[in-house]
Amino acid sequence: MLKVNGINVYYGNIHAIKDVSFQVEKGEIVTLIGANGAGKSTILKTVSGLLRSKTGSIEFVDKNICSLAPHKIVERGLAHVPEGRRVFLQMTVEENLEMGSFTQPKAGVSERLERVFEQFPRLKERRRQIAATLSGGEQQMLAMGRALMSCPDLLMLDEPSMGLAPLLVEQIFCIIKSLNEAGTTILLVEQNALMALSIAHRGYVLETGRVVKSAPAQVLLDDESVKKAYLGG
Amino acid sequence: MKKNYKQIPMPVRYAINILLLIVFLVVVNGLIESKTISFSDSKIIMLIGINIILAVSLNIGTGYLGQLPLGHAGFMAVGAYASAILMRNIGASWLTIPIGMIFGGLVAALFGLIIGIPALRLKGDYLAIITLGFGEIIRVVLLNIDDVLGFKLTYGAASLKNIPKTTTFLNTFVVVIITCFVIHTMMKSRHGRAILSIRENEIAAESCGIKTTYYKTLGFVVSAFFAGVAGSLYAGYLGILSPGSFGFMKSIEILVMVVLGGMGSMIGSVASATVLTALPEMLRTFASYRIVAYSLLLIIVMIFKPSGLMGTYDFSLSHLLEKLLNSKRSIGKKSEKGGR
Repeated sequence: MLKVNGINVYYGNIHAIKDVSFQVEKGEIVTLIGANGAGKSTILKTVSGLLRSKTGSIEFVDKNICSLAPHKIVERGLAHVPEGRRVFLQMTVEENLEMGSFTQPKAGVSERLERVFEQFPRLKERRRQIAATLSGGEQQMLAMGRALMSCPDLLMLDEPSMGLAPLLVEQIFCIIKSLNEAGTTILLVEQNALMALSIAHRGYVLETGRVVKSAPAQVLLDDESVKKAYLGG
Repeated sequence: MKKNYKQIPMPVRYAINILLLIVFLVVVNGLIESKTISFSDSKIIMLIGINIILAVSLNIGTGYLGQLPLGHAGFMAVGAYASAILMRNIGASWLTIPIGMIFGGLVAALFGLIIGIPALRLKGDYLAIITLGFGEIIRVVLLNIDDVLGFKLTYGAASLKNIPKTTTFLNTFVVVIITCFVIHTMMKSRHGRAILSIRENEIAAESCGIKTTYYKTLGFVVSAFFAGVAGSLYAGYLGILSPGSFGFMKSIEILVMVVLGGMGSMIGSVASATVLTALPEMLRTFASYRIVAYSLLLIIVMIFKPSGLMGTYDFSLSHLLEKLLNSKRSIGKKSEKGGR
């Protein structure tokens, strides 16, 4: 579904992503794990068009999306939940969600809204509340719900567990898993490698802008070097 | 929880608002015609109207878009000169006013587009400096263009004279109402939501599929358009234009109105444009101390209410009426704090 081929991304003179290739098949959860500064978020931003790659290609459903503007990429069914939640703080929960379906025809909005509320009952309780007053976990749910409002085929999540209490992290990962079971393909970027690998089908390990390992999640979980570096022994 | 909450249906809301506006226009116009309001006071009232348009239009850039444009006087100058030159050439008739205003607005909008595309790639202080520079360029060009190119167009420092004095209380306030209505409707629409979401979080807006560059430019152009309209009213108000009146301080003056009223609040802009235009006139009895009093007021407001007088609160007459209606129905019960 998503094929990334040999992309190189620079921040000014800094070569952040070095010749990275990976792919995501339909129905999978694929995770990119790695330490701080490995380039995980940069890769997601490049896929969603916020950053540009100097070389290589990014194919989504067999079409090259490398040079498309971000809003065109969203229209094609690829949604990105950016790092650090980034909800529209001064808008209500419902307004936030409505913004998510900006690229979609107006007709189905209320229907999709109901579907998101089914997935996140907590958001339904708080639909008229200003987003700034939500807790961190609720804001993360809101950010995910907002991305789902564009009916994506592929959902890219950037560090959904960041800054959340362990209990909430588990809840969020449960939701991710159920979204996947409901048919959404997921590309997940995480620092919490153990959690990410436990729900993913496959994983890629990144180190300073390079893919150093790729294998089924279960294999990575048992891999000695990965255990040592990311899973705490 | 709002089962018994009476709502006023949409057409009635419009009817109430329009009726009140017409009553206001007719009454004040009558007072001016019958000289109950003195000539100089009526001049101040017109100036208030022009400043309201300027403040409300700048509010798109600062309040809704969350940027800091400092070149609003530049757009006003472009609109003023464009329409003044046009009005001088087509002579005075009832058509002069709308044509002049629309022409002034369109020329200013064009400049807004030209400046906006490069400037809006930048943020914060950088955008402020670019727009500041633009405002100054406009002023200097207006001052020198005749000498350099040998035109007889703006008359530079000698100032452009004999502009038909078309601006009256009535047409100023009709334009004020149109401006407020258009901007209000725009901000409540899908496009307005997109603009607000960019202010809230640009990256999130982009990842929702909002064309951020397009909407930022749109906001900027609409803002410039109404500044140009205000400029053309100003031209018809004074009958004489000189580049000096569109300097940096004019931009700051408009910005102060927006900040004092509360960024993102239309009623705030309207109120503070009214107060800040009328106040220096009313303080004339204090002679040279009036500037001190004016500055003190600004400092005090910023210390005690940094979000501006109104914050982001927007006044809605219908909401107020609804609240009144409902509180009468449920005497004894505490009326709910509604509205926004």
